[in-house]
Amino acid sequence: MSHAILFDAHLCTGCRGCQVACKQWNDRKAVKTENTGSYQNPPHLSADTWLLMKFKEIEQPDGKVQFVFGRRACMHCHHPACASACPLEALHKTEDGPVLYRADRCFGCRYCMLACPFEIPTFEWDQNEIEGPWIRKCNFCIDRLGEGKQPACVHTCVSGALKHGDREELIAYARERIQKYPDIYIDHIYGEHEAGGTSVMYISHVPFEELGLPTNLGDEPISENAEAAMFATPIAAAGLIAGLTGFYWIMKRRMKLGAHASGDSEDQG
Amino acid sequence: MARAEVKTKQRPWLNLNELPFPLRRPPIPVVALFLLTLVAVGVFIARLMTGWTLVTNMNDNYGWGLWKGFNTLVGIALGASGFTTAFAVYMLGQERLRPLARMAILVGILGYFSSVFSLLIDLGHPERIVLPIIYWAPESPLFEVAWCVILYTTVLIFEFSPSLFERFGLKRAERVIHFAVIPLVIGGTVLSTLHQSSLGSLFLNVPDQLDKLWYTPLLPLFFYLSAVYVGPAVVIVVATFCQKAFNQKLTQLLPPLAAALPFLLGFYLFIKIAELIGAREFGVMFDGTRNSYLFLAEISLGVILPMLMLAFKRIRYNTSWRFVAALLVVFGLMFNRVNVSIIAWSRPEDAIPYFPHILEIGFTVGLWAGLALVFYVAAHYLPVFGPRASDKPAD
Repeated sequence: MSHAILFDAHLCTGCRGCQVACKQWNDRKAVKTENTGSYQNPPHLSADTWLLMKFKEIEQPDGKVQFVFGRRACMHCHHPACASACPLEALHKTEDGPVLYRADRCFGCRYCMLACPFEIPTFEWDQNEIEGPWIRKCNFCIDRLGEGKQPACVHTCVSGALKHGDREELIAYARERIQKYPDIYIDHIYGEHEAGGTSVMYISHVPFEELGLPTNLGDEPISENAEAAMFATPIAAAGLIAGLTGFYWIMKRRMKLGAHASGDSEDQG
Repeated sequence: MARAEVKTKQRPWLNLNELPFPLRRPPIPVVALFLLTLVAVGVFIARLMTGWTLVTNMNDNYGWGLWKGFNTLVGIALGASGFTTAFAVYMLGQERLRPLARMAILVGILGYFSSVFSLLIDLGHPERIVLPIIYWAPESPLFEVAWCVILYTTVLIFEFSPSLFERFGLKRAERVIHFAVIPLVIGGTVLSTLHQSSLGSLFLNVPDQLDKLWYTPLLPLFFYLSAVYVGPAVVIVVATFCQKAFNQKLTQLLPPLAAALPFLLGFYLFIKIAELIGAREFGVMFDGTRNSYLFLAEISLGVILPMLMLAFKRIRYNTSWRFVAALLVVFGLMFNRVNVSIIAWSRPEDAIPYFPHILEIGFTVGLWAGLALVFYVAAHYLPVFGPRASDKPAD
């Protein structure tokens, strides 16, 4: 089975139980709160906050203000840009869904942080050489999955906004909900195809960009062009070696012939 | 102080009296470079001991800052002087450029060292820098860059080694390296082509974030072409410096290099414009956004202006103006690399802004000062300028 999570933004009450459960289960330190002008805290994802509920107030056509809650955590892409970018395959996609991190392979180049279209991997900026800074992100509670349990965030969710299960079944469930309440939901499952598909998917009653999701990703994997270029590299290398060797041979021959023709035989070598 | 003659056999391996300056009373520029180098060393130690928070402004939205986005990319690009000059001399048979080859290769080595040192301070675990040799990830551009940089830095050191052998009178080593010159030049050209372009491929992984004026599937080609045109420009800049500092007759060799630049710049410009028109994005540069201004500044000051300047024979033969044009090319390339790696990105609206910390800048300046100091001393100690019979390729 391919593990997946479905987040139903319409059902979310913004209780942040998932955020707290994530911290507790993964034993992450508390982050000092900051007044950001809303209930959202902490302001950003970080090495100690792998799941963050984003609070946003949007004005509706009738002038009323509506609170919406976006879920920011690893999307566990099918074709993750972070794993494709990683020069050591420290980040890698597992067959049953989660994108996992092997610290023993990581040298901390942070290319994954650049490549990720969702800005998810974070870095332990305050760690020194001995403690060692590592990349941190949601690991789908892989240790819970192994015991047949749900991820901590899903387990905690009281409103049913988070669902865990097989990806195909969750897509079918999401379709069903959209069909059942067509005047509530936007007719789209975010993550079904975005960036080649993700294991964390969203359905929503407000446009997805209001939830803080990028809407410019397209349906192809992010790393498509880079992988095409890297696939061509060995071929280019072989061609270059052959081409340059041939080129040098011709140049040298022409120079020799030129030297003979002009009558000054240069002593080479 | 006259430079020592090249009768090297009788000379001791190291003689402090031969330093280019009196050790007890060094000239002010040398002192300044040395102090700046100390700053870089200090920042390096502070980074290792405390992490990033105190010495940098990098954050989770800007995972790459000045050290990788500027030092590493620019250092390797400017290091292209080595392979372009070696190619011109050994493959194209441009014999008149031969006196510049060793200098260009030394600059190449220092450029790559700048990149490697910046990587060392920037990596979370610098002691693991050789891990790409063990764990392979061929689909990652950074993996390819890592391999090529390791191999090419070795090639550069071999290419430069005749100067060392000559200085220390190692005749046999000189003869051995003599036979390897052409394979080294071919290997160096191949490796350079691969990793200069792969540095562009690095940013193929951010199609959604990099501005479309820069992002194109041809990004590796543009990185390669710009490395090729910046090579001669770097040689012009450094040779003009050395003319003064070391009393060498180098600037008379530069007009043919300067003559190549309008063609190389023009080719880059042509492909860039054609690509933008092909992608129907040509008009984007006149949109009046911040990125469009950055792009216009980069292309007009860093490519078009020097191209037009060097099209004039009078400027190609005028040391100062030629120097200015070459400097424009170098600055234009630096600007391009920073645009691609840091500035011309769309960030989420809640992203933490980034401007380099004073110590990040301090490390960068100190590193380049240290490498300038190394160049200064090496150029005095080693036969860096001038043609040598032993550099000629074996038959």
